[in-house]
Amino acid sequence: MNKRKERAIKYIFTALAFSSLVFLVGIVFVLFKEALPIFTKISPKAFLLGKSWYPTSSPPEFGILPLILASLWVTLGALFICVPLGVGSALYLHELAGPRQRTLLKPVIEILASVPSIVYGFFGMVILAPFLQNTFNLPIGLCVLTTSVILGVMATPTVASIAEDALSYVPRSFREASFAVGADRWQTLTKVIIPAAGSGISTAIILGMSRAIGETMTVLMVAGGSAVIPHSLFDPVRPMTAAIAAEMGEAPVGSDHYHALFAIALILFLITFAFNIAAELISRRFRLKLGHSR
Amino acid sequence: MKRSDIVQKLGFSALFACMAANIVFLGSIIFFIAARGLSSISWAFLTEAPRDAMTAGGVAPAIVGTFYLTLGAVIFALPLGLACAVYLTEYSPKGWIVNLLRISINNLAGVPSVVFGLFGLTVFVKYFGFGVSILSGSLTLGILALPVIISASQEALTAVPQSIREASLALGATQWETIRRVVLPAALPGILTGVILSVGRVAGETAPILFTAATFYMKGYPRSVFSEVMALPYHIYALMTEGSHPEQQTRIAYGSSLLLLALVLSVSLVAILIRARQRKTYNA
Repeated sequence: MNKRKERAIKYIFTALAFSSLVFLVGIVFVLFKEALPIFTKISPKAFLLGKSWYPTSSPPEFGILPLILASLWVTLGALFICVPLGVGSALYLHELAGPRQRTLLKPVIEILASVPSIVYGFFGMVILAPFLQNTFNLPIGLCVLTTSVILGVMATPTVASIAEDALSYVPRSFREASFAVGADRWQTLTKVIIPAAGSGISTAIILGMSRAIGETMTVLMVAGGSAVIPHSLFDPVRPMTAAIAAEMGEAPVGSDHYHALFAIALILFLITFAFNIAAELISRRFRLKLGHSR
Repeated sequence: MKRSDIVQKLGFSALFACMAANIVFLGSIIFFIAARGLSSISWAFLTEAPRDAMTAGGVAPAIVGTFYLTLGAVIFALPLGLACAVYLTEYSPKGWIVNLLRISINNLAGVPSVVFGLFGLTVFVKYFGFGVSILSGSLTLGILALPVIISASQEALTAVPQSIREASLALGATQWETIRRVVLPAALPGILTGVILSVGRVAGETAPILFTAATFYMKGYPRSVFSEVMALPYHIYALMTEGSHPEQQTRIAYGSSLLLLALVLSVSLVAILIRARQRKTYNA
């Protein structure tokens, strides 16, 4: 009797445990199902490489190259901020900060991570954009540059916390060996510890990129919104996430525009999925290399 | 001074500058929003509905809406997330199942928030016919909160020493009795941290509720789980992008942002403090 109850409970937990897998598969299914109809109207190549996105004119044009390039520009721009700041902070926390400083500084990073994206967007719109516009004499404040700065700040905590984890996996003996042959702390850090944690740090950067490219509200408010191929850092752009969020409300259900927006979401999903899998594979090899099994 | 000493000094200063930049950014976000938002906040702002085409009045319906959405998301995600964490730490028999689940949890955590919104729109709003409603929004936000709750609960459960489990089993308790009476109570503070963290995350999300729950304006308060709601984050977005009185609206948006920021940051701070205490207990 008791045994049967135990088994039943175990089965219930097993079934519930699969919920995240079910949701993930559900998301993939929904994206494919709602995205595929657009490819009966336009070839995938014309969709991906088409240079004009005029979904509401007649005849409509569904070329998402400007949106993809916009996402790439702001994400690459964000990397220039989040890689030095994130990795630098992780090294500072791991190498230089004493236990007292760490207990104060780690929450700063965690709190920076918990600021809602709408607040980042609002801050970018009302404070940062006018500030950058005045400082650099820009024609408009809502552009690639402003977006990159904000996205960079948003991705920094992701990079910092994962990079710090990676640094903590480096065995003590590496450091001691380096000191023993006469290296100072900086040499040990740059020649021994960073290379040893290298693939862990690259995982951190990949996940930071994934965070930046999927960010929605911030780019919707700060990127400027114009769906043209960017030529400079000071052009307003419309990244993929912003296009979906801004246009979904107006696209009639089942229309070509509606399906095209799902197709953009599908591409976005595949990009972040690839990033996450790459990060997973790299970090697993990294841990095995340093002799940790988990 | 040797050359390598100078290099070391410069390098360490650069690292310090990186860390300091984080503090500067966090400080300036909090400072500017608090400095300009504080004047909008009053008792009336917290308790009244918007008036005069969004140019006056308060944000009470948005506060209430955010509360309902967050509560609904936690009610949905907590049992699922906890069950998943219990399965992964206490039961999980074979390596590949654990791996598959871990990968899917990690990937779910990495899905862009707007994609959750599209999923919610297709499945909850349309397919199940819940419409644009608190229910659809809560379910969508719940899926988004799931990975947060799972990983925090997992950490809490793993921190429970194996010896306690063995002691319980040795006394003749079954595995379920051990989990329910021994492991879960011991892990409770950690699980609570996960719930609090997910509240902070969910309360600030906007993109998932854009098409599933949120509305710019409604008369009065939601009557049932099937009515649409105002929500604080969406309210900020709408104030900045719709309407025809940008100046007054920006003032209200500052107040709403300050409110949201204060809410989310204090919630995360509580979680961070609980966790710090918890880790100290186990390390001691």
